[in-house]
Amino acid sequence: MFRLEARTSTPAWFNLALPLLAIGATLILCSGLIALAGAGVVEAYGVMFSASLGDSYAITETLVRAAPMIFTGLAVAVAFRAKFWNIGAEGQLLAGAVASCAVGAIPMPGPLAMLLMALAGAAAGAAVALIPATLRVKFRVDDVVSSLLLNSVFFYALMALIEGPWKDSFSGYPISPPIEDTANFPVLLEGTRLHLGVVAALVAAPVIWFVVARTTLGFRIRVTGENPEAARYGGINVERVLISTALLSGALAGLAGVGEVGGVHFQVMSDISPGYGYSGIVVAMLARLNPLGVVPAAIFLAAVMTGAEAMSRATGVPAFLSDVIQGTALLAMLAALLFTAYRIRRVGATK
Amino acid sequence: MSVVLEQIFQVGFLAAIIRIATPLAFATLGEMFSERAGVLNLGIEGIMLLSAMTGFTAASLSGSLWLGVLAAVLTGALMGAVHALFTVALGLSQHVCGIGVTLFSSGLAYFLYRLIFGQQSVPPNIKGFETLPIPILSDIPVLGPAVFNQFSLVYMAMLAIPLAAFVLYRTPWGLAVRMVGENPRAADSAGVSVIATRFQAVILGGALMGLAGAFLSMAQFNAFTFGVVSGRGWVAIALVVFGRWDPWRSAGAALLFAFVDALQLRMQASGLGHIPYEAFLMLPFIFTIVAMAVMSRNAVAPSALLKPFRREER
Amino acid sequence: MSTPAPLIEMRGISKSFGAVKANEAVDLSVAPGEILGLLGENGAGKTTLMNVLFGAYAPDAGEILVQGRSVAINSSADALAAGIGMVHQHFHLAPRLSVLENLLIGIPGRSGRIDRAGGLARLAEIGRQHGLTLDPDLPVSALSVGEQQRLEIVKALFRGARLLILDEPTAVLAPTEVDGLFSALRSMAAQGLGIIFISHKLNEVRALTHRCVVLRHGRVAGRVDAPASTTSSEMARLMCGHEIVPPARGPSMPGAAVLTLDGISTSHHSGMALRDVSLSVRGGEILGIAGVSGNGQRALAEVISGVRAPDAGKMTIAGKTVSRFSPSTVQALGLGRIPEDRMTTGLVTNLPLADSMVLPRIGTAAFSRNGLIKPDAIRAFAEAQIKAYDIRCPGPMTRAGALSGGNLQKALLARELAFDPKVLIVSQPTRGLDIGAARFIHEKFLDMRAKGCSIIVIGEDLEELLMLSDRIAVMYEGRIVGTLDSADASIARLGLMMTGAEGHA
Repeated sequence: MFRLEARTSTPAWFNLALPLLAIGATLILCSGLIALAGAGVVEAYGVMFSASLGDSYAITETLVRAAPMIFTGLAVAVAFRAKFWNIGAEGQLLAGAVASCAVGAIPMPGPLAMLLMALAGAAAGAAVALIPATLRVKFRVDDVVSSLLLNSVFFYALMALIEGPWKDSFSGYPISPPIEDTANFPVLLEGTRLHLGVVAALVAAPVIWFVVARTTLGFRIRVTGENPEAARYGGINVERVLISTALLSGALAGLAGVGEVGGVHFQVMSDISPGYGYSGIVVAMLARLNPLGVVPAAIFLAAVMTGAEAMSRATGVPAFLSDVIQGTALLAMLAALLFTAYRIRRVGATK
Repeated sequence: MSVVLEQIFQVGFLAAIIRIATPLAFATLGEMFSERAGVLNLGIEGIMLLSAMTGFTAASLSGSLWLGVLAAVLTGALMGAVHALFTVALGLSQHVCGIGVTLFSSGLAYFLYRLIFGQQSVPPNIKGFETLPIPILSDIPVLGPAVFNQFSLVYMAMLAIPLAAFVLYRTPWGLAVRMVGENPRAADSAGVSVIATRFQAVILGGALMGLAGAFLSMAQFNAFTFGVVSGRGWVAIALVVFGRWDPWRSAGAALLFAFVDALQLRMQASGLGHIPYEAFLMLPFIFTIVAMAVMSRNAVAPSALLKPFRREER
Repeated sequence: MSTPAPLIEMRGISKSFGAVKANEAVDLSVAPGEILGLLGENGAGKTTLMNVLFGAYAPDAGEILVQGRSVAINSSADALAAGIGMVHQHFHLAPRLSVLENLLIGIPGRSGRIDRAGGLARLAEIGRQHGLTLDPDLPVSALSVGEQQRLEIVKALFRGARLLILDEPTAVLAPTEVDGLFSALRSMAAQGLGIIFISHKLNEVRALTHRCVVLRHGRVAGRVDAPASTTSSEMARLMCGHEIVPPARGPSMPGAAVLTLDGISTSHHSGMALRDVSLSVRGGEILGIAGVSGNGQRALAEVISGVRAPDAGKMTIAGKTVSRFSPSTVQALGLGRIPEDRMTTGLVTNLPLADSMVLPRIGTAAFSRNGLIKPDAIRAFAEAQIKAYDIRCPGPMTRAGALSGGNLQKALLARELAFDPKVLIVSQPTRGLDIGAARFIHEKFLDMRAKGCSIIVIGEDLEELLMLSDRIAVMYEGRIVGTLDSADASIARLGLMMTGAEGHA
């Protein structure tokens, strides 16, 4: 007979072991789908790996894809730490993209344009995140539901914009006019798409780690998330912490949109985000809400996405496998978290 | 204003409201059962999508619409069981598990659909449900053709509402569901299995979400597209709050939402100025958010919602 | 007294939680018509033993016999089927459902529907038999605490219980309500039911029970066959293993008033509101607040801690009027607080203990500067307090939730006392603690009093209040009905005032 027993502490190596365990379980589970599609499992995963991490160009492509998910992953990690259930990173990303695109279209010196794009995008994302936070604080509206619904609102708002006022009058496609060439983020490696925004994302992770671990705001976020009542009695203004968290989280998600506009697409279109906001939830959970863990987790998901397209071309397995892997990884990671709270103990039969 | 009023009392408009409300009513009732037992199911969006896909596929391959409905219901129930496994049996975060179920189900729906039907320029469709006029009742002026000349799934939704109310308020199982959602310890000490009751409620809820998905792909659109659900599941979660976790009020909330949605569709069709139609698509979602802001102060959720239950705790 | 076959017999029951032996080789039996007292200090293992009998915990060893036959009780459903009913300390009721619905939960219906008619008939029958009447359609939230307890008893009888376990049933009742409960229990016993009455109040056990079993550290410390003719001190010795010597209390030397409440009223937000409450505590004085739970004590603690702003009235701390009610403002004025509910309003169980220990003062220069926390200072502070208060834990980075109740209470005390509060407000300071830990807490309070600190102790345990306090104020329905010098106070007099009778200051 086995029994679950509560743990008093978890060893540090769990932080690495659990995500790896979850990812391993996910790849094994999803191999069933590859087999179902009639392809060789080893071959399919092999193509996925070589196309995403197999050579330096592939690695740069994966990093470019990881950048927005690092930002949304950080956004979700910060929010979930405070138990502000921000499922709205997707809408915040779109708002950030639109705002930075609008700024980037104004002629001005390049560095200034990039700075203003980042500021505008972060501000737009923060403003969007402020809506569910305010609704929760002032009207007791569940933040999950409102932030989810806002994703739809902002998606349609973006569509209305590029179908309406921003529509490219020349081509007639629902695409916004491009930003100024001078506002394009510089490419760091000749012949790749590795742009400045990727570096910004890699720098953001340790910065956010510092904020959470070493500042009084971070302390308040952690305490409020774990026990809002104790926080309130301890003199913390819980409402203010939630609003601050929302602003920080939304700004990070907005920056994800800025990077996509300034470094990848240089304009706004309907599919500017293939669900990076939702992927951020998977990333944050795989990272166990640790900002430093967000980077490898985002790179993993990015590799899966980049690799899945190549795998689809090579083996005919639908590229949607990457979506299944994301969902499975999230559920597997949750199940793995049980090991942090419990240990499995063998108990002898009662004598 | 008078133009709007005229529109409202058209048979077509009333019929549209009922049609739009039907999948929402199923989904809302499904979410309500789950939440009444203390389990938030954010998997609803993905469960509806996957059910819409399996229902469509089963109907398309077998040629039987009802077999499709059955497949959708079973899919919903199965995914409900998955959500219950994580949240009820393992006691994990209901928020994150729900998102996980939605991501997993949507991914699986896309994957399997592409695997079965391949990439086609024109998405395959089926001959969906046809309207089934009810004798005599459908002859009532205005109301008759709007309400009683509908798909059989619409009539099922109409019956599901009183049935849900009966089950919830008048049967021992319904009492157990309400009790495990309010005070699981009380149910446990009265000899009711909290785990089993929650599992049943979440699975029943999933089955109803499956019906909602079936309606979308087999009666409303007669095809499966990636946007077939497009936020209706999230809306249903809001409608449960708006309907204060009561079957009748929840159904009323679904009708109200459907009214706004139908109005929005009319506004699109009327081509108001040069406003892109997507601007109107935002309206029902904004309406829902505003309605929640107005209602949430007085809405009291089941006390044990989001709280996992474990027996031997110390 | 002839001994009929026991209704229930527990043989050699042992149960451990990790390293803690909650029960060890406990034997116990109850005969039909018998009221058995189960006596013991907090943490002696009474509740665990009864949870084993009711199927909530599986025993590690031992067996349970129902009317001579060995039965396995693995769930409350098994216990109910064996005719065992339990009234828990914290009621197992759903406040938003009706009385009848709370009774009918788990009862099979009639042709698929809830058997309302059958339920009403059974409720009426129980009402006739035992004098326990209730309005079936009222929501439970509309019942008084005494009525809710009655509902719990009816619920057990409804299911055909022949043995009724009551866990500290008098803790939530006013003295007059206690009399009503006792006469109902006597009538049930007279009709052949067996009753196990759990308590740590000696006078109640002596007044009600036929026989009693005393637990200490999880073992049976003694059995008393005639409680009525056994002295309280004999029973106390069995309970504690030694004579209870109250900690020495120095002479009362109160200084100037430090905390003053003047005409404080609150809205009926949640629970009982305060109505025109005025009180003052002087330096070096302990003021006890007595009252049946739910008479405004929580609102009083919330106002003083700054969590809730009053609608009317004035509060001053050390001569300064509190203009904005928030926990941080009253803390800045010198208020410390030990909450009633350590786990929910005191500590953050999932974070390191050190975080909880600096929580109220994270913004001060001691633990942060320019918005950056000082991890080393936080750790050093926690380590020093762990040492000073002998808090048993692996270290300051241990999850707070892993500590025992007594150690958590010490940690909270350390956190508040480290900054020499001028006023300390504490609620139920020793509830759930073992004798050693309780004694430690009491001594700390008396030390603080000697140093000139003003302390308000809100409690339900009158003996504890009498031992600690210089004066005792009694609350009833949101008002203070009177304040007594503890020299003039007695349990009987306080008990009378707790029912609303005016006292004389």
